[in-house]
Amino acid sequence: MSTILVLIDHETGATKKISKQILTAARGLGDEIHAAMFGPGASNGAEVLGAFGASTVYVWNDEVVTAYATEPQVRALEAALDASGADMLLFPSDPFVTDVAARTAVRRGAGVITDAVDLTVDGDVLVATKAIFGGDMISRCAVRPGHPQFIGIKANAFTAEEAGGQPAKVVELDVEVDDAVRRAEVVEVVEQSSGDRPEMTEASVIAAGGRGLGDAEGFRLIEQLADALGGAVGASRAATDAGWYPHQHQIGQTGKTVAPQLYIGAGISGAIQHRAGMQTSQLIVAVNKDADAPIFSIADFGVVGDLHKVIPPLIEEINKRKG
Amino acid sequence: VPDTAADKHVDPDDHTVDRDRSDPVLNANDEWAIEEALRISERTPGTEIIALCMGPEQAQTTVRKALSYGLDGAIQVTDAALSGSDAAATARVLAAALSDEQFDLVIMGNQSSDARTMLVPAMLAEYLGVPALTYVKHLEIEGGVFTAHRETATGHAVVRARGPVVVSVVEAINEPRYPTFKGIMAAKKKPVAQRDLAALGVPPDEVGLDGSRTHVLDVSPRPPKEAGRTVVDDGSGQVGAEALADWLVEQKII
Repeated sequence: MSTILVLIDHETGATKKISKQILTAARGLGDEIHAAMFGPGASNGAEVLGAFGASTVYVWNDEVVTAYATEPQVRALEAALDASGADMLLFPSDPFVTDVAARTAVRRGAGVITDAVDLTVDGDVLVATKAIFGGDMISRCAVRPGHPQFIGIKANAFTAEEAGGQPAKVVELDVEVDDAVRRAEVVEVVEQSSGDRPEMTEASVIAAGGRGLGDAEGFRLIEQLADALGGAVGASRAATDAGWYPHQHQIGQTGKTVAPQLYIGAGISGAIQHRAGMQTSQLIVAVNKDADAPIFSIADFGVVGDLHKVIPPLIEEINKRKG
Repeated sequence: VPDTAADKHVDPDDHTVDRDRSDPVLNANDEWAIEEALRISERTPGTEIIALCMGPEQAQTTVRKALSYGLDGAIQVTDAALSGSDAAATARVLAAALSDEQFDLVIMGNQSSDARTMLVPAMLAEYLGVPALTYVKHLEIEGGVFTAHRETATGHAVVRARGPVVVSVVEAINEPRYPTFKGIMAAKKKPVAQRDLAALGVPPDEVGLDGSRTHVLDVSPRPPKEAGRTVVDDGSGQVGAEALADWLVEQKII
């Protein structure tokens, strides 16, 4: 009988969309699904994970999880793995969570695969599908037998669906805290306002802007388009280098890799370094005045035209059709 | 790493990158790590910067490129048994190469442009037994304490740790300089210490293709996309906007 442990990403107990997607995926792969939730408020969100198929949720509410980076969670994850007896771990391929999985894997001799977009099970081996070389190729990979299997899942690879299960059994973990995990102290968290927009790597829709916007002010247009579609804002390297938009929104080889349901690129020519960060998106739309821009070669729908002319009526037309 | 813009060749038998057929380049994200190290050494006289690279013989070109920015020396770990190493095996070998070094800081890019697993910095820190400050866009050092701004989805977190530490950096941290002609010439004469697995005391059967804990089952080209639809706007914006909005309805986005 196989047990899969799912490491949950949450905000004071509110489970993030990606973790619901992972629980949904896990249901088809293991006999027993356990979950682990660490940090302040974890207990508040534990029981309801039963609806997504988790039978047991291991929680640890200690504030040391938010006061110190990574290492307290490594301790807790080891305790959760011991308690559940699982040797398969699924986690969101989010940078900070990946740090936790990476350190834990070294401690437990596990093999780690990140950014899986599909998962199957072959006997007791999880087989992960992922894009490599910026999406030019697809690889199927696995952890070799005899090692715990840690697989990171990319956002939006699966659709979250409730299974209508009973409330999960909640188990409080007893995790020892000492100075060995209090090494990287979180002194301050600084949030920049991005309205009510979803996080870019979790968003189903991303509106992205590039050099063609002309200036930082041009991003107001992209923000309005993103808001009309309930999406996030992305940017090309040219735009973040110019200081028009914060770097954490940069999509491409040196920035983030995204694969939303819909990507709209405006004023982005689509150099290979940018395509490496978005070409596995399910639907790609390009708005560019240069009909020869390489982005049109991968676009499902292209508008050859001036984005400053096209986007304002586009927002109106979207709102009209929504109404 | 192989150049992103170049054609990639994967060995059909073992699914490793055919490095003989790909131009090796310095990983873009590591350029910011080199630049940050140079800035630290400029602020802190007496700082020594060593490049550490694991790779095949032809990675020597990349090591010389790194040295051309003005680093003091380099360690290159090369061994035929390393081909096909995964992130954990790579981190283990890098840690072994550092075991004899007295360091305050190991600084690296947050990701490689080929595999992009983002695992190596945290794994290396675990093997070394030191804290890691990852995804750093601003770094200060005072009295052996490293204060970093870690990039988050919505801003940053200020995180502080006493050295030695592993730091991984993102692009926003700085604007890298170009190597000077003098630097390029000097790089040719800088010492590059060559190490193999025997020298590091790492058993060859615990790294490389067969010794890594993960393996690739198969690799295939991405399925070709059907040609998309294109609408040429008439200059008013309305034609393009309406066609695109209709299509978004058709695709059930709205």
